[in-house]
Amino acid sequence: MGFLVIFIQKVIGQGIGILYGALGEILTEKSGNLNLGIPGMMYMGGIAGLIGAFLYENNTAQPNGLVGVIISFLCAFLCAALGGLIYSILTITLRANQNVTGLALTTFGVGFGNFFGGSLSKLAGGVGQISVAVTGAAFKTPVPGLSKLGVIGQAFFSYGFLTYLAIILAILLSFFLNKTRKGLNLRAVGESPSTADAAGIHVTAYRYLATCIGGGLSGLGGLYFVMEYSGGTWTNNGFGDRGWLAIALVIFALWKPVNAIWGSLLFGGLYILYLYIPGLSRSTQEIFKALPYVVTIVVLIITSLRKEREHQPPASLGRAYFREER
Amino acid sequence: MSKGREPVFQMTKREAIEPWKAWLIRLIAVALSLIVCAGVIIALTGLNPVEVYKGIFDGAVGTKRRAWMTIRDTLVLLCIAVGITPAFKMRFWNIGAEGQILIGGVTSAAMMIYLGNTLPPVILFPLMLAGSALAAMVWAIIPAFFKAYWNTNETLFTLMMNYVAMQVVTFGIIFWENPKGSNSVGTINSATKGGWLPKLFGLEYGWNLVIVLALTVAMFIYLRYSKQGYEIAVVGESGNTARYAGINVKKVILRTMAISGAVCGIAGFIIVSGASHTISTSTAGGRGFTAIIVSWMSKFNTFAMILVSFFLVFMQKGAGQIASQFNLNENAADVITGIILFFILGCEFFIDYKVRIRSAKQAGSEE
Amino acid sequence: MNENNAIELKNITKRFGQVVANDKVCLSLKKGEILSILGENGSGKTTLMNMISGIYYPDEGQILIHGKEVTIRSPKDSFDLGIGMIHQHFKLVDVLTAAENIILGLPGKEILDRKAVNDKINELTGKYGFDLDPDQKIYRMSVSQKQTVEIVKMLYRGVDILILDEPTAVLTPQEADRLFAVLRNMKKAGHSIIIITHKLNEVLSLSDRVAVLRKGQYIGTIETKDATEESLTEMMVGKKVSLNIERPDPVNPKERLNVKGLTCISREGVKTLSNASFTANSGEILGIAGVAGSGQRELLEAIAGLVPSAEGSISYYPPEGGEKELTSMTAAEIARIGVRLSFVPEDRLGMGLVGAMDMTDNMMLRSYRKGRPFFADRKAPKGLAERLIAELEIATPGTSVPVRKLSGGNVQKVLVGREISLAPAVMLVAYPVRGLDIHSSYTIYHLLNEQKKQGTAVVCVGEDLDVLMELCDRILVMCGGEISGIVDGRTATKEEIGKLMMKTGGTQG
Repeated sequence: MGFLVIFIQKVIGQGIGILYGALGEILTEKSGNLNLGIPGMMYMGGIAGLIGAFLYENNTAQPNGLVGVIISFLCAFLCAALGGLIYSILTITLRANQNVTGLALTTFGVGFGNFFGGSLSKLAGGVGQISVAVTGAAFKTPVPGLSKLGVIGQAFFSYGFLTYLAIILAILLSFFLNKTRKGLNLRAVGESPSTADAAGIHVTAYRYLATCIGGGLSGLGGLYFVMEYSGGTWTNNGFGDRGWLAIALVIFALWKPVNAIWGSLLFGGLYILYLYIPGLSRSTQEIFKALPYVVTIVVLIITSLRKEREHQPPASLGRAYFREER
Repeated sequence: MSKGREPVFQMTKREAIEPWKAWLIRLIAVALSLIVCAGVIIALTGLNPVEVYKGIFDGAVGTKRRAWMTIRDTLVLLCIAVGITPAFKMRFWNIGAEGQILIGGVTSAAMMIYLGNTLPPVILFPLMLAGSALAAMVWAIIPAFFKAYWNTNETLFTLMMNYVAMQVVTFGIIFWENPKGSNSVGTINSATKGGWLPKLFGLEYGWNLVIVLALTVAMFIYLRYSKQGYEIAVVGESGNTARYAGINVKKVILRTMAISGAVCGIAGFIIVSGASHTISTSTAGGRGFTAIIVSWMSKFNTFAMILVSFFLVFMQKGAGQIASQFNLNENAADVITGIILFFILGCEFFIDYKVRIRSAKQAGSEE
Repeated sequence: MNENNAIELKNITKRFGQVVANDKVCLSLKKGEILSILGENGSGKTTLMNMISGIYYPDEGQILIHGKEVTIRSPKDSFDLGIGMIHQHFKLVDVLTAAENIILGLPGKEILDRKAVNDKINELTGKYGFDLDPDQKIYRMSVSQKQTVEIVKMLYRGVDILILDEPTAVLTPQEADRLFAVLRNMKKAGHSIIIITHKLNEVLSLSDRVAVLRKGQYIGTIETKDATEESLTEMMVGKKVSLNIERPDPVNPKERLNVKGLTCISREGVKTLSNASFTANSGEILGIAGVAGSGQRELLEAIAGLVPSAEGSISYYPPEGGEKELTSMTAAEIARIGVRLSFVPEDRLGMGLVGAMDMTDNMMLRSYRKGRPFFADRKAPKGLAERLIAELEIATPGTSVPVRKLSGGNVQKVLVGREISLAPAVMLVAYPVRGLDIHSSYTIYHLLNEQKKQGTAVVCVGEDLDVLMELCDRILVMCGGEISGIVDGRTATKEEIGKLMMKTGGTQG
């Protein structure tokens, strides 16, 4: 039983950060923007959250965990949204190529995160080890009461609020896309911008907002890794390739936020599966780590073979839209 | 009725732009990006701007050794950019250079380990080059096959292939681990230098130079003067026209990706055998992505790529030097690269479009 | 200033470059009537309606809606005036349901009340007699169902003037009948409707009045009850106009191409060409007439090896004798067995040429495989490009300018010039003078005649009957994917051809 609980905890720990990234990318891609800058924005969000909390704790005599949480949350969201804004200005207003711009954003964002992560203590005047103990602890506060409920409590209620927020956001996003007018309009923008335009929808505004908010959401994924997964410390390249895994999850979830919830758990599970298969040599374990990507490739191939319309990427994904100049 | 919604900026597509004007716009963008970068560096280090540029220059080419490092890395970036160019010219989004490099690199490393001390160099090096190219070619053909026959999204497919490749490399690293438990291969054949590309004309990176420049010239000729290069251009421009001209689009996609993958594989060979003499997951180091930007910005002209890759590596090396001088993180280089790329990407718009401000009010800037 | 007019157009003129698409057109739509606008392809019907729906802005003239002069600059302006236009290409999002498409972009309560929306849609469909499931996805619908969604979308938004652009072009006869029933219901409910068409039977059975356009000119409006097929055909095609196009007599015509029972089925499973049989002879121009979408494109593309044929055979008889079977061969295979077949497609920059490439590279498109191995020869194509520039008086700064920067007439000269340079035994040409000015058009006629004199079998799809009747030796008339007749170009009358074009009602897309 204890073994299973630890497995569940590890799976969730791996999955939630990816889930944030995937939710942000789903929102972005629904507007027709393929933003390959997600990994970069996750780094930007992570480091901004850390810096925010750090500056707060360093400059306050009696730092309050809740204030630290709010500050770092806002910093992470806004900084990553800024990444989305850079992407939007370049691809929507200045009509630069989406793939190239996204990759440049990833280069920038990963560099940004690692640079400040690695230089923060020096920049702050040589304070030594960066630690945001109070805020970090606040992020890790489990659900009061419920987390004490034995095994169930340990398996499902022992996480900080970001974990539950991710699942709530996925459901909200699903509700937004399927049940609201703006969600409907957004889907139309991603499918056929010219039709949406003819129906009086402001395509540019929708694309900007979806991309920036999507960026902000993915930034929370970075925040999750820094605060909950790593307990408020920074390791360079600490997220590894999880940003790309988030993009893989979008495909795997077939652009549906609710699918992304269990998809993220599956990815998390696949990611650590090797730990639980007895008799694997260390090198074979590495092959197992490729599983999430292989599964994604298989899904990609199957969807392209079956050509089911519900399961295809948004039709205008990757393509810029310019109203005919008259 | 719709007057209120008319845009402040009126954009018209330019009919044509003189080349000097286009280059002037690009130059302005680069200059602006350098100013912004300097601003960032000054804010972080308190250096005065002149010092900053002196530092960058010094860091990139200040000593003979640094200059050679800059050239070495320029060559690698150039080689990858040359490799992905045919695919891009065909409008096939090969985001998978990273993985193709790794597969080429791991093949080279394997050959160094198993054959490096036994085979004579005349056989060994051609074999390593061919083996790396072949392995990466196979790696690249997989997504191309699905694209050609089922129109599977190649951007996402090639992207995923990168991480599969990365795990393949990790597998190899642990398999060849040296010393045991270090999670790294270490320098391969450090005593015998078996499988290390030797000096040429007394130059440490002589072979790198020769191979990459030869590929650059060959790719230029291939794309511009060969029949196959012509087919790539037609397929890239219009599938309908290709059909009309009787071009077998599937075959062209497979063949072009094979070439693209092979050259990226050779880049892996050059990194492993000609530079680092080891293999790790950071062997490609994101250069497969940077190269996409190099190729795109050079408008698929391989000679322009020499300049662009040199410029990017120069800035990276320089920024890295400043960072280490001030005890800052070496990733400063990526931040600098990112900023420069944003400006260059953005400036293309002003080459393609003429922007007029329609009304004086709200004439705020776009950027 | 008639208050009873829903729409009144006064002296509307629209030019595209040198071409006058509408020349001082005056037209009125009465409230609560169905008005047909009748005219051949290229007569300016769609352009005129696009000015009411805000896609184009007129160069001159006034538009009055319900008696008030208005300015329509965008589709939204038109919409706000209660005008809805249904184009031939539907503006629908495939993966959304009918209901979702209908409410797209509308203001309202943020959280969707699907039931209320469906109720309102069902009320509308019940009232007018549509058959529509609001929850069905668009991509699962037939063309006729999609059209229904478009119409309901307009009604849902409170449109009272509806314009339909060739609504029956894509419908089966039964579907067309159902559409007409709905339109009559809408008329009864007080809506004013314009339908653009070139099908006489529809005009006669549906509309109250008919307005006729011909070559951008307004010819007149008559009450449908006073009209007959003959009178309408005459108004539509007009009297024969003499163009003085040269037509040498065929010299020693021999069979070059024999097509038997050729049938094509589109990817959507629609029969686009059925059982077409004809021969094309050397030294002769065979014209193909018909309203747009009658199967002309499929016929040419099937012969050129660009679309597969489902049934039938294509035989080619080379000038040097023998017989070659071209059935189900691809373009590459046809070229490989040495058949000199030229094809000037309808879509010049999207198929015949690569717009971004220069003239030299475009010259290579059909011949780049020739010459030394591996390396492409650019000397000969460059020479050819230079020769064409001189001979055909192509206005271009040089051979290295991308062809999409050239004017329409020059683009066509580049394309036709290249195809002629292949010294074809058979030359297929689609709409060779569409969008060209008079001077360029005559250059093209001249080039086709030169080919004819050299013994090429020329097959020319055209839309202007006057041109076809002066240029061609024989004219093959298509209607609804079938060949409805082949007439002699020298003796046939315009009425005769016009009737063949309309023969079966042409309802098979």
